[in-house]
Amino acid sequence: MAQVTLTVNGKQRTAEVEPRMLLVHFLREQLMLTGTHVGCDTSQCGACTVLVDGRSAKACTLFAVQADGSEVTTIEGLADGDALHPLQDGFWEEHGLQCGYCTPGMIMSAVNLLNDNPAPSEAEIRHGLDGNFCRCTGYQHIVNAVQHAAGTASKE
Amino acid sequence: MIPSAFEYERATSVDDAIAKLAATGGTGKLIAGGHSLVPLMKLRLNEPTTLIDIARISALVGIRERDGLIEIGAGTVHHDVATSALLGAQCPVVSDTAATIGDPQVRNRGTIGGSLAHADPAADYPAMLLAVDAQIHLQGAGGPRVVAAEDFFQDLFTVDLGPDEIITAVRFAPVRAAAYAKLYQRASRFAIVGVAAALEVTDGAISAARVGLTGALSSAVRLSGVETALVGQPATAATVATAATGAGAALSDVSADLHASEAYRRAMVSVFTKRALEGALARLSA
Repeated sequence: MAQVTLTVNGKQRTAEVEPRMLLVHFLREQLMLTGTHVGCDTSQCGACTVLVDGRSAKACTLFAVQADGSEVTTIEGLADGDALHPLQDGFWEEHGLQCGYCTPGMIMSAVNLLNDNPAPSEAEIRHGLDGNFCRCTGYQHIVNAVQHAAGTASKE
Repeated sequence: MIPSAFEYERATSVDDAIAKLAATGGTGKLIAGGHSLVPLMKLRLNEPTTLIDIARISALVGIRERDGLIEIGAGTVHHDVATSALLGAQCPVVSDTAATIGDPQVRNRGTIGGSLAHADPAADYPAMLLAVDAQIHLQGAGGPRVVAAEDFFQDLFTVDLGPDEIITAVRFAPVRAAAYAKLYQRASRFAIVGVAAALEVTDGAISAARVGLTGALSSAVRLSGVETALVGQPATAATVATAATGAGAALSDVSADLHASEAYRRAMVSVFTKRALEGALARLSA
């Protein structure tokens, strides 16, 4: 067993974990933060995307021990009380989801995108979400949601 | 999918990593970004007894100029290579290639050293490193060693790297007139075919050409036939079109899988060789 200390959504969390425990399982099963989903479990679909030290990462492809000492942000850490994060608001307003399974990962990837590029073009949004699969929407409403959050929707 | 159990250690320096690796007697693995290794461990295709984490060794991270060459530390993530102002200005084929790897999350974690050590036959970096004639710097218990990219990639997932050695950096002379062209596998973003081409031109004629290919064979190779057809010829679109025409047909042991048949890959090798060369030509005038 190994002891890890992570700052998750601003709160310091210390736990004993097996080195082979994936970050996504640590978040879901030890911290009960079940907003981060497991989709493909093969580093492709992006449903498990979280921020590690401010950069998007697939939590199914990272051991919790690798993130020891890091700051992790999950979907649960975005809203400020009852006030939704602009991306959550964008997904709400533009109906950027159907079943919702991919949504937490989509939003966390979009956070990474808007941190790098606050006013992306439609093509840049699509490219920035390359690592996230949605099997429902055809992506158009997701792109609209990110544009809404970026405040670029009015330029269309 | 849960990997087999292993011990985890974090190395504090390159020497510490080498010592810790040697102590495992060949059963341990280095891990940096883990974006090649962790998926293999989850499938239990690789079951190291010990993982030695080298991700926080600061000496392994960064992109810098040194002795007229550009050096990329082995622990540098793809995102940092893709967005490097130094590379963008002096050797844009390197940042362009990094920008095609995987997706943003993969580029945020995966490292150039990890990609080279793993040597996936469809990885992007190997073709580019052949085109820029990179040298791969290694360190082991016996000291440092330098291997040319051309000698480093040997076969499927097989490179010239000893069990107690670590990749520390890649170095190359910057080349402006170079480009990478890639046919994506649309889900994984690996290269079905990827070609990197670098040209040197003197008085309007091609004086040197290096063309690296990935995705089509068991490991990355230089397309020496294409290179020979280019040298001495005028640096024109007609020249590169002619030189690229037979690139696919000249290969033996071309891969076939569910993404692309052998015939299709051969055809695409010629197409993407032409595109890479056209990209290199465009940078001559840029």
